[in-house]
Amino acid sequence: MIPANFEYYRAGSVDEALSLLAQPDVYAKVLSGGHSLIPALKLRLSQPGALVDIARIAELRYIRQDGNWITIGSTSTHKDIANSALLAQHIAMLPEAADLIGDPQVRNVGTIGGSIAHADPAADWPGVLLAADAEIVLRSQAGSRTLAAQDFFLGFYTTALQEGEIVTEIRVPIPAAGTKSTYQKFMQPASRFAIVGCAAVVQVSDGTCSNVRIAFNGVADACFRDGNVEKALEGKAATAENIAAAAAQAAQGVSILSDHYAAEDYRKHLAEVYAKRALTVVAG
Amino acid sequence: MTYIGQSVKRVEDKRFTTGKGKYTDDIKLVGMTHAHIVRSPYAHAIIKSIDIDTALAHPGVVAIFTGKDIAAAGINGVPAGWQVNFKDGTTMKEPPHPLLVADRVKHVGDGIAVIIAEDLATARDAADLIEIDYEVLPCVTNPAEAVKAGAPQVHDNAPNNICFDWELGNPKAEVDAAIAASHHVTRLDFVNQRMAPNAIEPRSAIGHYDDSKDKFTLYTTSQNPHLTRLLMCAFVLGIPEHKVQVIAPDVGGGFGSKIFHYIEEALVIWASKQIGRPIKWTSTRSEAFLTDAHGRDHVTTAEMGFDKEGKVTALRVSTFANLGAYISTFAPAVPTYLHGTLLQGLYTTPKIHVDVTAVFTHTNAVDAYRGAGRPEATYLLERLMDTAALEMGMDPAALRFKNFIPAFDGVTQPGYQTQVALQYDSGNYEPVLERGLEMVGYENFRKEQAEARKNGKLLGIGFSTYVEACGIAPSAVVGALGARAGLYESAQVRVQPTGKVSVFTGSHSHGQGHETTFAQVVADRLGIAMEDIDIVHGDSDSVAFGMGTYGSRSLAVGGSAIVKSIDKVLEKGAKIAAHKLEAAEEDLEYAGGRWTVKGTDKSIGFGDIALTAYVPHDYPAGLEPGLDFSSFYDPANFTYPFGCHIAIVEVDSDTGKVTLKRFIAVDDVGNVINPMIVDGQIHGGLAQGIGQAMLEGVAYDSEGQLMTGSFMDYAMPRADDLPSFEIDRKVTPCPHNPLGVKGAGEAGCIGSTPAVVNAVMDALTPFGIIKNLEMPMTPQRVWRAMHQK
Repeated sequence: MIPANFEYYRAGSVDEALSLLAQPDVYAKVLSGGHSLIPALKLRLSQPGALVDIARIAELRYIRQDGNWITIGSTSTHKDIANSALLAQHIAMLPEAADLIGDPQVRNVGTIGGSIAHADPAADWPGVLLAADAEIVLRSQAGSRTLAAQDFFLGFYTTALQEGEIVTEIRVPIPAAGTKSTYQKFMQPASRFAIVGCAAVVQVSDGTCSNVRIAFNGVADACFRDGNVEKALEGKAATAENIAAAAAQAAQGVSILSDHYAAEDYRKHLAEVYAKRALTVVAG
Repeated sequence: MTYIGQSVKRVEDKRFTTGKGKYTDDIKLVGMTHAHIVRSPYAHAIIKSIDIDTALAHPGVVAIFTGKDIAAAGINGVPAGWQVNFKDGTTMKEPPHPLLVADRVKHVGDGIAVIIAEDLATARDAADLIEIDYEVLPCVTNPAEAVKAGAPQVHDNAPNNICFDWELGNPKAEVDAAIAASHHVTRLDFVNQRMAPNAIEPRSAIGHYDDSKDKFTLYTTSQNPHLTRLLMCAFVLGIPEHKVQVIAPDVGGGFGSKIFHYIEEALVIWASKQIGRPIKWTSTRSEAFLTDAHGRDHVTTAEMGFDKEGKVTALRVSTFANLGAYISTFAPAVPTYLHGTLLQGLYTTPKIHVDVTAVFTHTNAVDAYRGAGRPEATYLLERLMDTAALEMGMDPAALRFKNFIPAFDGVTQPGYQTQVALQYDSGNYEPVLERGLEMVGYENFRKEQAEARKNGKLLGIGFSTYVEACGIAPSAVVGALGARAGLYESAQVRVQPTGKVSVFTGSHSHGQGHETTFAQVVADRLGIAMEDIDIVHGDSDSVAFGMGTYGSRSLAVGGSAIVKSIDKVLEKGAKIAAHKLEAAEEDLEYAGGRWTVKGTDKSIGFGDIALTAYVPHDYPAGLEPGLDFSSFYDPANFTYPFGCHIAIVEVDSDTGKVTLKRFIAVDDVGNVINPMIVDGQIHGGLAQGIGQAMLEGVAYDSEGQLMTGSFMDYAMPRADDLPSFEIDRKVTPCPHNPLGVKGAGEAGCIGSTPAVVNAVMDALTPFGIIKNLEMPMTPQRVWRAMHQK
């Protein structure tokens, strides 16, 4: 498994990476952890002229609090996130999700920025960031812009990322007191990608659910917020019956994936099961 | 000092765990080139044209050969090593398996061209410059479909894609009558799915022609370098064997897949002479999934009849065995003589008939994979037993006790003659099941299960009691059954003048730990230290001959050959000792590395005798100098290990996901030399057998494309898929080899698979008796089985 020829650049700073990406007449791809890109190169599915390696840019690797936000540098590894006490304290589903990605080797090298830029429909971060109401910060030589996760993930392996842009930061709002979050995942046994991944955030006060946010990975050709489930539980008492009724609305009206491990009907069934499990953790 | 029975640490692990193992791909020869093989992306297609001109002109490309070049050179295809005839006596259909295909490709991965370049990246780049025009044809991948009228034909000379049909056992009419007269008949229709062997080291081969000596050297990832040399020289390339040295250095696992002679080995040897430089080819993991011979792939109907008391009255089996597109080295033997002959199991079944149809399909070849035929037989029998117990409302353990063959030691009692040709050497089946029940706490478990069911939890227990045939094999027997080779083993014990010992074995260690186990045997027999012994294997120029390692044969056959040579060493040593001690030979006894005149303190050590043999100044008249003996050992019979495996599972009723909670294995593999190594073999075998039940499985789509062509789609068992195994042993020695050993390499893989499937069936009994549990039991399949969707 040998990739086609490419030039390799290791950037020491974001500015250097951006100027390398902006070289005329070179089709350059950003390399971070490489866990999606390198296999694609080896299979020659992707044949860029150059790779710009940003994995060692120190200014992109951090997890810190910034007022009511937790900001995550884009080259933070899954392991960095799994180990973050700050995230565990405020929004537990991020470390939970990180711990369910691949295996230790993948978690030690793969990065959150690389994962969301690739936008695999079965990856774990996209749905988690939707449910977290996160924002994605992008930089190019023209400047910086910030998109809501909802506006960043556009479809099947498709994001709002443009040529010459790099994901630099993920911004996660710190939820209000009384909010719980979880990520529940049914894995494909070989790849350990999500057949169904359900991210759920619910604020329960006085036994009533509010700010309900549910998002799925793996179910459809892209991650999505499930408005039907959210509406069904919003403002309702946090009871097993209400959770079951809300979960029964899961994945309605979406085009559901089907493959060797999970046909459409089974996947839809799993979406209900995992919505129920996730909601039971946060509101049960 | 006694080494036998001790868990001596593996001497080979120092180099393996420190990265100093030397594997084929580690070898770099001066002037070596690198090969990349262009393979068919289609399961069935006519090659209309190949244009290699652009690729040949690519800088760094040394040569490109296609199927036309191979045909023009008059090179035969790789041969089958075993011939099975049709029921009517006509020979099996044996279409050629060319090194490279010139006209019509027959599976995805079929070799079309080899590109040889200065480096591997260049060879791979040049592959993108070869233009091949295909006419894609319809294909067939399922053996039961392939025999139907109108199915696409794989070979012109194998009508209905049938390689051979075959039967064994009692006359079919008698078995039919016994089934018809049975009080109860349990029937199962199932697929024993195709498996990818996935040794951690991919296959690799280096061909080197030295024109100054007119000699070839092949370095290859082989479980049996001598057999590879024989097949390649005599059948494929027509090169005299004494002109070819085959070296299988450290080899990282085989599981059967490295027994066979593959096209790439002959290609690099032939092409190295054409270009006058060494050539290395190393498989990628993707190529391994496509071209390492797969295992299993049977489509089976099995029926077992019972009388009112639950005694088995008859067994009738019909199997379509998928061979793939070509006959791999031992492929014809696997569904026949390694499967049909095991259908007695450990039961007294009086009437057995098995019918096998071996079928070509547009898929990769299928051949021996850990257990080879015996797992298929065990799966069939043990699924029938647990299913029958449920259907008849009997306890599955009690049903087995009722049907076990009574104990026989093969010494004071004769071996057990089965209805399917084999005669078991020794067996004592009740104790392994009794011990298994004790370890699992059977009565308590049934209570716990009933309690769990009340709470909606699906717990299940599954049994498997197996017998297998190892120590492959008596040459005259296998020869009569169609083997084109003998299956003895050779060993040379060379005592050095200092009394240190080099042992040359025809067995081949690729994970089994022979360097340790064999040294333990030699050290004990000679009464010397293990450190004074070196085990040499894997080089056809060093080792006289050998049939290699597979079929759990190495210790039972290869070890016995070593013992024979040791006996010769000691016999000659005694003559020298008698001379030196001025005593009669019969007055000597040998112990602790010394010959002693009985009843005296006169003695002489092994080292002194060795030195005397090489410096024969004061020496018995007429005796040859030297202390170096070779032996060939041809076993009197197969060996027959057996055991009891028990699985406990929990099924998630929401998702169908199966969790293996406990796994108990009580195996009887005869005498044990190194318990740690045997435990390791059992553990590894269990992981593979459980892997087949729960996770693994090769799947082709309707176009013949591999859907499970990488570790992203083919699920290997991982540590967190498995519980901590609970294992124990019983010992019933083999009565016909000097060590009393039976073989442990495959037992774990043979017994475990049906236990897990049976446990899931048991867990799902609240939904009825669910017989159609297909492997691997993915959550989706179990969920569908529960809801019969």
